[in-house]
Amino acid sequence: MTDLAPSLSGVASRTDLFSTRHIGTDAAAQARMLEAVGFESVEALMAAAVPQSIQFDRSLTNSFVPPAATEREAVDELRALASMNRVSTSYIGLGYYGTLTPAVIKRNVLENPSWYTAYTPYQPEISQGRLEALINFQTMVADLTGLTTANASMLDESTAAVEGMLLARRASKSKSTRFLVDSDAFPQTKALLRDRAEAVGIEIDEVVLDSIDHPSHALAPVDAFGVFVQYPGASGRVWNPSAVIDAVHASGGIAVVAADLLALTLIASPGELGADVAVGTTQRFGVPMGFGGPHAGYMAVRAGLERQLPGRLVGVSVDAAGHPAYRLSLQAREQHIRREKATSNICTAQVLLAVMAGMYAVYHGPEGLRRIAEQVNQAARTLAAHLAGAGYGIVHRDFFDTVLVSAPGRARALAEHAHGRDILLNVVDDDTLSISVDETTTDAALIDLALVFDAVEGHDDAGRGAAERDPSIPESLLRTTDYLTHPVFNTHRSETSMMRYLKRLADADYALDRGMIPLGSCTMKLNAASEMEAVTWREFAGIHPFAPAGDVEGYLTLIAQLERWLADVTGYDSVSLQPNAGSQGELAGLLAIRGYHRSQGSLERTVCLIPSSAHGTNAASAVLAGMKVVVVACDELGNVDLVDLRAKIAEHADVLAALMITYPSTHGVYEHDVVEICRLVHEAGGQVYVDGANLNALLGFARFGDFGGDVSHLNLHKTFCIPHGGGGPGVGPVAAKAHLAPFLPGHMFAQSPEHQLVDGSAVVHAGPQISAAPYGSPSILPISWAYVRMMGLEGLAQATAAAVLAANYVAARLAPHFPVLYTGENGLVAHECILDLRGITQASGVSVDDVAKRLVDYGFHAPTMSFPVPGTLMVEPTESEDLDEIDRFIEAMIEIKAEIDAVAAGEWPAGDNPLVNAPHTAQSVVEGEWTHPYDRARAVYPVHTLVRGKYWPPVRRIDQAYGDRNLVCACPPPEAFE
Amino acid sequence: MPDQNDLRYTADHEWVLVEGSVATIGITAYAAAQLGDIVYLDLPDAGTEVSGGTVVGEIESTKSVGELFAPVDGTVVEKNAAVEDAPELVNSDPLGEGWLIKVEFTELPELLSLEAYTALIGD
Repeated sequence: MTDLAPSLSGVASRTDLFSTRHIGTDAAAQARMLEAVGFESVEALMAAAVPQSIQFDRSLTNSFVPPAATEREAVDELRALASMNRVSTSYIGLGYYGTLTPAVIKRNVLENPSWYTAYTPYQPEISQGRLEALINFQTMVADLTGLTTANASMLDESTAAVEGMLLARRASKSKSTRFLVDSDAFPQTKALLRDRAEAVGIEIDEVVLDSIDHPSHALAPVDAFGVFVQYPGASGRVWNPSAVIDAVHASGGIAVVAADLLALTLIASPGELGADVAVGTTQRFGVPMGFGGPHAGYMAVRAGLERQLPGRLVGVSVDAAGHPAYRLSLQAREQHIRREKATSNICTAQVLLAVMAGMYAVYHGPEGLRRIAEQVNQAARTLAAHLAGAGYGIVHRDFFDTVLVSAPGRARALAEHAHGRDILLNVVDDDTLSISVDETTTDAALIDLALVFDAVEGHDDAGRGAAERDPSIPESLLRTTDYLTHPVFNTHRSETSMMRYLKRLADADYALDRGMIPLGSCTMKLNAASEMEAVTWREFAGIHPFAPAGDVEGYLTLIAQLERWLADVTGYDSVSLQPNAGSQGELAGLLAIRGYHRSQGSLERTVCLIPSSAHGTNAASAVLAGMKVVVVACDELGNVDLVDLRAKIAEHADVLAALMITYPSTHGVYEHDVVEICRLVHEAGGQVYVDGANLNALLGFARFGDFGGDVSHLNLHKTFCIPHGGGGPGVGPVAAKAHLAPFLPGHMFAQSPEHQLVDGSAVVHAGPQISAAPYGSPSILPISWAYVRMMGLEGLAQATAAAVLAANYVAARLAPHFPVLYTGENGLVAHECILDLRGITQASGVSVDDVAKRLVDYGFHAPTMSFPVPGTLMVEPTESEDLDEIDRFIEAMIEIKAEIDAVAAGEWPAGDNPLVNAPHTAQSVVEGEWTHPYDRARAVYPVHTLVRGKYWPPVRRIDQAYGDRNLVCACPPPEAFE
Repeated sequence: MPDQNDLRYTADHEWVLVEGSVATIGITAYAAAQLGDIVYLDLPDAGTEVSGGTVVGEIESTKSVGELFAPVDGTVVEKNAAVEDAPELVNSDPLGEGWLIKVEFTELPELLSLEAYTALIGD
């Protein structure tokens, strides 16, 4: 017995290592791959691939990242952190409310890898399920807001308000630079509007809007390009803003209304009141508060403004067989195409959360939503009647869910008293409280609330009973128009029906639970089940973003640890987790650079150098940070052209703000000159922004901060395992050197404005606010926390090496069939490789599109198409794929090349072959006469392994142009599918 | 469809047909092919004052959003409503039915001949 213990612990430490679960290739597989690549060991490969000048020795640094924990240990630690949070009943409101997530949605969407591991639906033929879910969401938003077209979600309500402001400036006929903001808007939205407006030269004027309503002002011209109205107001007030909207319209301006979707089931819609744009959040449609996010924001516009919408828009088109099919519309308008001419920098939205909110409406239907809204409104009326009965002043007579209570001199004391009873109230000022009730507010909870105010006595008082029945919405503002009349919102009432609808949609899609998604630059790696475990725990999900610091110690501890770990592995001093997407991280980083230069008195430093190979979002973000983009050329190897860089630096030396560079480059190559590039920029007084999109090729081997970076954003949804969710949520923390740390995103409600630097000192992040909530989307941070905790620095480095090996293996095996476009000085790629099809296309007429769609027939998601180089495919296998799956992909590509050769040789005509006709649906091979020059087996079973398990696309090739010419962005009638 | 030799061209891949004081403007076949399937056009209304070299409209394809530049100073007298309804006309007949706007110009700037334009696009 005595020697059993040590041997047992030895067993445990060997088999429980999470890195062996996360990394798909074991030692034996890696040995076979190394042979193909021509290296003796993984260490030798990495030593050759990563430039000597930037390599960092892990053994020499004292890392803050603890040694790897097992899955069980990490989940136990998360339990301990969760228990440090205190879940109170929140009545704070301000855009965040308690909600009941239908269990059928929680289990079948939020906790289902078929939904959360999918990518953005750029390959529409294999994304029909989530595209339908998103068009449900768009229809729901358009219906409730009374506007024509809604997009497929925004990052949060406050950033949606900013996008509304920017849209108003583009679309307005007024030449004014002023934007009017409702003084009764949510405070975090007002702060964000102010901070974002400043960088792009918009003047914000906060006004009490009733005054515009006044007859004496009604005819006066309004000097503003637009107005932002909160409806109902932050104070709970329900009022009619149409006179304000008319006044702004009369001067050529645009009206943006932030509206609560649940309230809109009872009150007149923004569209009916004349709004041009509506924005808001869909959080209370079944998505937990999660200490601030993620949730889906929304934006809808009136007819004529569709092409001004930022973000993504799902539309209806037709496939090759003439059947209706969904796809993303107007993609040419996205920031990655339009670059510095883009109107917005956002790319990722909040798809997973939009799917949840849309399904909440599908499950409840119009009557169900209305009933919920009436219950909420009744709870608010009951509360108001009790408080009035106890002598408190009720400030607004007209309200939906929020009661503004006057308690002169006692507001803070009452809130503290409530907190002692696990109740959170919103203190407006010393004399005023606001109380927002929600779907979760029970009668018992109302009694608890009334007890705080000593307002329970005389419960059956007749006068109060009448007051409770008194309507709190003016009759003139009652909603009279229909919404959610489409059958999809009126069919799935039973859980069985709902479960099957969700299953049917999930079955239409290709996600990581089916096979490899080798999308270059997207990093579709494993999202481990144990990493996801904590997301839905009540202690993380049930917390209001503005809860007192004492309630969120678990969250703050987790956030502080993750900040430190991320700073440590990137060589920076401080990290902000506030940006809730990569694009927002970019913007935060550039605004930090801007703030730093201005603090040094260098107001003229506004030029941002961006290599031509950069992702288009870089340029779009720079413009929104008030910078001017100057493009630096790349040489024929795809690297930054040093001669052109020197020339551009010399030309703009006095006004140089920054260089934005992606490392490894968007071409998937470790550029050898990066140290020199950073040095040249610093010498000219500029700052170096290193885009961290490709950090997964560097982790453990080199650090941005060491080789010259001043600031970077990281993509937790790429390198650190947050699932892509079908196109969001993302998290894009920004990491910076100490001199930029004070300019990282601040927030008026931050529970902990101080952040620890890696050297142990503290700094207050006081830069421009970037998201609605102080820590962005905290409820998904446990995912990245668990990943780092379970990998340790050693495991992270192993993952990097495995990813680089996999990419080089693919490149080596496919090079005889498809030329690999760019490699580093030693002939190696980094974590991805670009296959050049341009010559093949010229010789055969077969395009990258054809190859991408043909891969569907072989059971694969296509690699990234035509980015960063048109006419190419970029392949990123990631470390999580095992060798069998990688080989299956390679074999598919080789077989496809043989098919292309057959077309080139004239065996099959250019207009009728398995490539140009791909993808093939089951229907297309069984219905009607088969007239193609290849047989049915070649069409759908080109390799025999598909016979036992094949993914069948539900539609054929989708006509992109048809959909953009005939824009339809709401649910089509069911007859369309007959 | 006018003879391509009768047209004048710009470096922004637009063609100009001069008839009296009115210039009919469109995009070249080369530009239409480069843009791919054109799906949407935003053209200036009649009466709009335009100045040479400035952006006056948008040409959106499935691949990109291009800008329409005014090649001359003047006033728009007509826009092609037919192409706004059927943008594919610009792909199928760029020099004919796919014309975009007519501008009454004040002065005609130096424009390229077919030969010079062909040399420019390296064809």
